[in-house]
Amino acid sequence: MSAAMRTGAQIICEALIRENVEVLFGIPGGNIMPLYHALWEYHAHLRHVLCRHEQGAGHAAEGYARASGRVGVCIATSGPGATNLVTPIADAWMDGTPLVAITGQVSRAVLGSDAFQEVDITGITVPVTKHSYLVSDAHELPRVVAEAFHIARTGRPGPVLIDVTKDAQLATVTPDWSQPLDLPGYRPAQVPHADSLQAAADALSRAARPLILAGHGVIQSGASDALLAFAEHTGIPVITTLQGLGAFPQEHPLSLGMPGMHGWVHVNRAIQACDVLCNIGSRFDDRVTGKASTFAPRATIVHVDIDAAEMAKTVRADIPVLGDARRALEALRVLVPTLDTASWRATVHALRAEYQPRQAYVRRERIAPLMPYDVFDVMHETFARRADWRVVTDVGQHQMWAAQLLEWRRPGTHITSGGAGTMGFAIPAALGAAIAAPNDTIWAVVGDGGFQMTNQELATIQQEGLRNVKVAVINNGHLGMVRQWQELFHSRRYSGTPLSGPDFAALAHAYGMMGVRVERVEEAAPAIERAWRHDGPSLVDFRVDQGANVFPIVPAGSSIGEMITQ
Amino acid sequence: MKEHTLIVLLQDRAGVLHRTVSLLRRRQFNITSLSVGHSEMPGISRMTLVVDTADVTQVVKQLDRLVDVLVVRDVTEAPSVQRETALAKVAVDEDALFALITRVRDAGARVLDVAGGSVVVEITDSPVRVDAFVEDLRTMGLRELMRTGRLAMMRGEVEMSRPQAFREQGDGAGEEDAA
Repeated sequence: MSAAMRTGAQIICEALIRENVEVLFGIPGGNIMPLYHALWEYHAHLRHVLCRHEQGAGHAAEGYARASGRVGVCIATSGPGATNLVTPIADAWMDGTPLVAITGQVSRAVLGSDAFQEVDITGITVPVTKHSYLVSDAHELPRVVAEAFHIARTGRPGPVLIDVTKDAQLATVTPDWSQPLDLPGYRPAQVPHADSLQAAADALSRAARPLILAGHGVIQSGASDALLAFAEHTGIPVITTLQGLGAFPQEHPLSLGMPGMHGWVHVNRAIQACDVLCNIGSRFDDRVTGKASTFAPRATIVHVDIDAAEMAKTVRADIPVLGDARRALEALRVLVPTLDTASWRATVHALRAEYQPRQAYVRRERIAPLMPYDVFDVMHETFARRADWRVVTDVGQHQMWAAQLLEWRRPGTHITSGGAGTMGFAIPAALGAAIAAPNDTIWAVVGDGGFQMTNQELATIQQEGLRNVKVAVINNGHLGMVRQWQELFHSRRYSGTPLSGPDFAALAHAYGMMGVRVERVEEAAPAIERAWRHDGPSLVDFRVDQGANVFPIVPAGSSIGEMITQ
Repeated sequence: MKEHTLIVLLQDRAGVLHRTVSLLRRRQFNITSLSVGHSEMPGISRMTLVVDTADVTQVVKQLDRLVDVLVVRDVTEAPSVQRETALAKVAVDEDALFALITRVRDAGARVLDVAGGSVVVEITDSPVRVDAFVEDLRTMGLRELMRTGRLAMMRGEVEMSRPQAFREQGDGAGEEDAA
């Protein structure tokens, strides 16, 4: 074998190193074994994190991507290994998370014969990937891996799958690293067109009641500073979507909060009253818009997005601006003058005073039972004293309480499963984030339902020695958001929502973690402090009241003007 | 809802047809007709797609988002020629044969085969004229029918093969960084 020759598996490793990959999350198995054989040689450059389930590996790669801004990489074998990746791939698709998934496949000679652990994973994932490859010729690997990373990280980021047959991993060839990308049909937008920017600037300049809606795209394009500069220059107030939390400092006087199904009343009222709504990097998800035909009825809508297909998909785009959020904001900063928004801001602040954001959560005194929003208030007080933290939430009531009640100041500090709403996201995503941000404390905030979907990854956290992972289980013994909907919309028929579980603190001990249970509000702050200071992963089991609900709420399918406040 | 005719150029790669059809299915776009085959360029396939939709711009943008799709063009309102082909088998006795052959000739269709009391005819024409011919055959003993999807080509000097002419939404959009 000549010095230049490599196996397909070695080529994959070297291609990953060329893409500056440092961490892989995965589980080995029959048809991916050649790649694991090669990983042994490249372990100095490629850290492999053995997860306990492929879904965990996929979410860990997502958490890594969201915390680092880099492409997350996960690996699985063929068949069930690959199908277990489908949920995180779909999650990454919905939230625009850059992800490359590498799966083993049966050898070319038996492809299509229902061979052992054969599954058509490229076919299965067509609806939830930006692109995918089935590679059966090792010569293609340098180009395919480079293309996959390029597609995953550019435009609206997203997941790309590379399915590699076992014989291609084993084949020995001379790799050609000079192969160019062959993607004539893939040309993501970057520089917004001058005419569209001018039209947007004209509309904003004439506005009496302008509003900025900042989404995930602001964070992904590194536009937070540009957004702050634009907002301060123009005086336009800013609202942030769930995935946009952290894109704009929430303590800023121009920050209004989160809109949508569980947004504050004054934010949704501001949307319904504004005359120009400048959406930057949000795809107008139905959880933001409510009934789309009644959304922002008085507004000229400026929609800045990197993906043309998001324009006018759910909500009209009167002025579409196709391109990168940061470039658009920097250009608009020059084109739009300082506006007199004082009376408009006073109107919104009056609304905020009238519809107290936390009104449903106000209690005369903090006594038993432990209310979940009391836990979040205590967390907020503890977090406010520190800067070196990030929060990964799961899906459900706790996710909304965290979004509402914690103060999001910096991009990349709020990581959650938004579009797909994947319960079980938080624990594995937190382990990925902990590897990406080793100097930050990563709080996984999770309900007892979602926790029990993927808590096997505590073993991964323990094996990897991730001391900076702290888990807060908001344990109400129910699938709480479903229970809330049953209470409000399904005649209190609590069908399939009461949920038991083990003693989570004892479970933490079993995984070699610190674990404590909190049942009274006065125990909350000391427990959070103790968990934070503990030199190792820790878990706090908050036994909260089961009847607490998230308010305000816009009933599904209703206008965001129609909110139930308590 | 309105019928739209789209011309799509795509990379001739494994799975590209699956991706295209899967996209149309999951976005709830209704396919009326689909034909795909080689274009004048090696490695590039050409598709004529007829969709019934109230929002054709979403169809165009979603298709354009596929990595293997090079060009999408809605030619519904553009000057174009459109053709479909049909093969039909008609059972006729000798008395009716002359009438059928007359109708075939008038329609500009062709008799391909006469055997055992049945005739196989072929017509290639605009979709409307193929419809009319087929309706006539139904009164003359139609036994089998196989129609192709539609083929469309724009008239005059229109360059289909230059993707950027149709993909760019403006001067800057779609341009890569100079760096």
